[in-house]
Amino acid sequence: MEFFVISMLNGLSYGLLLFMLSSGLTLIFSMMGVLNFAHASFYMLGAYVGFTIASFTGFWWALVLAPLVVGALGALFERYCLRRVHKFGHVAELLLTFGLAYVVLELVQLVWGRIALEFKPPESLSGPLFTLINRTGDGLSMMMGAAPKELCRSADAAIRVVCSPFPATRGFMMLVALVMLFSVWLLLTRTRIGLVIQAALTHPHMVEALGHNVPRVFMLVFGAGTALAGLAGVIGGSIFLTEPAMAATVGPIIFVVVVVGGMGSLSGAFLASVLIGVLQTFAIAFDYSLATLAGQLGLSLSQGLRDNTYINMTLSQVAPILPFLLLVLMLIFRPRGLLGTREG
Amino acid sequence: MASSFNRSRWIVWTAFALVMVVAPKVFNSGLGLTVLSQMGIAIIACLSYNILFGQGGMLSFGHAVYTGLGSFLAIHALNAATHGGLPLPVALVPLAGGLAGLGFAVLFGYVTTRKAGTTFAMITLGLGELVFAMSLMVPEFFGGEGGVSGNRMVRDGLWGITFGPQVQVYYLIAIYTFVCVAAMYAFTRTPLGGMLNAVRDNPERVEFVGYDTQRVRYLAFIISGFFAGIAGGLAALNFEIVTAEVVGAARSGGYLLFTFLGGATFFFGPILGAVLMVLALVLFSEFTQAWLLYLGLIFLLMVMFAPGGIASLIMMNVRVAMFGRLRELLLSYLGLAATTALMFAGGTSIIEMVYHLQLNQSEGPVFAYLGMNLDVSKPVHWLLAALLLAVGAGLFEWVRRGFVHHWGLIQAAIEADIRRREAA
Repeated sequence: MEFFVISMLNGLSYGLLLFMLSSGLTLIFSMMGVLNFAHASFYMLGAYVGFTIASFTGFWWALVLAPLVVGALGALFERYCLRRVHKFGHVAELLLTFGLAYVVLELVQLVWGRIALEFKPPESLSGPLFTLINRTGDGLSMMMGAAPKELCRSADAAIRVVCSPFPATRGFMMLVALVMLFSVWLLLTRTRIGLVIQAALTHPHMVEALGHNVPRVFMLVFGAGTALAGLAGVIGGSIFLTEPAMAATVGPIIFVVVVVGGMGSLSGAFLASVLIGVLQTFAIAFDYSLATLAGQLGLSLSQGLRDNTYINMTLSQVAPILPFLLLVLMLIFRPRGLLGTREG
Repeated sequence: MASSFNRSRWIVWTAFALVMVVAPKVFNSGLGLTVLSQMGIAIIACLSYNILFGQGGMLSFGHAVYTGLGSFLAIHALNAATHGGLPLPVALVPLAGGLAGLGFAVLFGYVTTRKAGTTFAMITLGLGELVFAMSLMVPEFFGGEGGVSGNRMVRDGLWGITFGPQVQVYYLIAIYTFVCVAAMYAFTRTPLGGMLNAVRDNPERVEFVGYDTQRVRYLAFIISGFFAGIAGGLAALNFEIVTAEVVGAARSGGYLLFTFLGGATFFFGPILGAVLMVLALVLFSEFTQAWLLYLGLIFLLMVMFAPGGIASLIMMNVRVAMFGRLRELLLSYLGLAATTALMFAGGTSIIEMVYHLQLNQSEGPVFAYLGMNLDVSKPVHWLLAALLLAVGAGLFEWVRRGFVHHWGLIQAAIEADIRRREAA
């Protein structure tokens, strides 16, 4: 039970981090029709810029400033590069961001080196947020913070005690993602600029005719989307790992999220992020393979089958390909994605 | 008209064949043969990629899946032929790779080609990741970290062809390259090739005429997969080892990058791209550690300013030359080249100095670059490099403005000339 709760929360927090990334990607895609291939590169840039700022001012300022820096860079890229190729169509735009991903990766290695950085979350987030204690007889109980040692030990051999801590960093990640989600939603639905953005989504010419500067709105959206990626980068980089490969590991997954959720659907992206986050976290935790399944069902396998790679492949080994498998299945059975509205 | 056109076609193809026959006599060092062999393979791979990208408008991020799986199947076929007695001559092993590429294209293409445009791109990316992750999970087939190796040597081959010396492998590759290039060119002239262009340009209209766009894309995808597999099979023969990286995302990205740089809108563009790819991978990467950065920057500039690639730049100048106006532009070109050289010297000096700081600090602050001795500990050197870059950029912009104006005038004159001829 406590295993389930902790894994669920871990999965949710990972899914929410994915959503921080895919929301910006979806926002940019639904507005401009541009699939930003370099989105994960902005995520990486967020982590590295955050690291540098944090070494001067501490983590909390980095959390505020790094997304702003990354967002400004994104806006500049939109203004001086992306806008120029807009007339060549979406494929050219995708190619441009593809090239940018190469350049950003090389520049990051040029400036910060090729090895992983020591980017740690602040002291206040280092401990566990709460601990679940499962004690035979007493059932499940929860306490905030770390559980004292003597609580997790049992003098009596008949009583089994299992303590499962939930890291504060994970909780913080969820909190930031939810706050961000809520404020984006408020911004889009309750403010004037949000209304202009929504209108420019569907009727750019009309909005332009009404006197709004649609290219500037595009620039702002691109900047905001990349800033969200930068924010995710500061959090993800400090909790997981800040290294040059971090863009390549998360990039394909957020594209899967966007396609599975339905291209351009923000709520679909949310659903798909959480789904993939939970799916992957649970898969990693299980060591079951087809062989163990057969054993539990009471089937006896021949020697040849017992040595077969596929039969012995555990769920945790398969975990990295699950998102992509989900993508393929989704395209066969529901090509427009979970909450997508159009086929195309 | 038609006969002269045919004659020029004969000349081009004969010249192409001659170049491939003579090239190993000119570059007869070991490195030369290696580079030439890889070029042949890359030409097939990039042209097969261009069936999707240039002709079909399908931006694929997972082309290495088909070349790579072709490689794996080919090396297994080779091993089966040498050990298990599979009656397959070594010279036909690349065809096994081609059939593998075709088979996997039939399988995966069914999913990917249901969509076009951006979604297609994302799906190919996902499939590429899927296959790459699988390759590390199934060591029986993919050989794990060490890969699968084979031996192409035939003991007593026909006419003394044992495929031991590299030059024999080169000529095998050259024959395959010539046949594949010819076949792919012929494909562009078939009705299916024509429909593929139509699907790229106006899918809605194609549907109205009564064609199934999905089917056209699927068929093109299968054909592309076949040629990609042949390229993979040749690579397996050439290197005699296949590792998991041949199906990786970096390889796929390379095909995309260089096909685009060469020029996707002309048939010969990807050939230029393939030649560049091998030169970059084998030679430039030896010359500087920052080559990927330069490559990325050049790619960005190309996408922004010359989306037709190098081939389109050449063809535009050929058109200007045919109207006898190229001579006027020579001065501008000289100016552009000189200012670019200034910018290049300044910019790359800075980049190389940063790289030196980052990676080779232990070798001391001084290193040689472009015949200069750069010292990363002296601010003067940084300043000079920055100054060179700034002055070069300023002058470049000045020359460029004049050039663009002149170019526009010439193009307008040519257009007017063409209209006048048509009217006459």
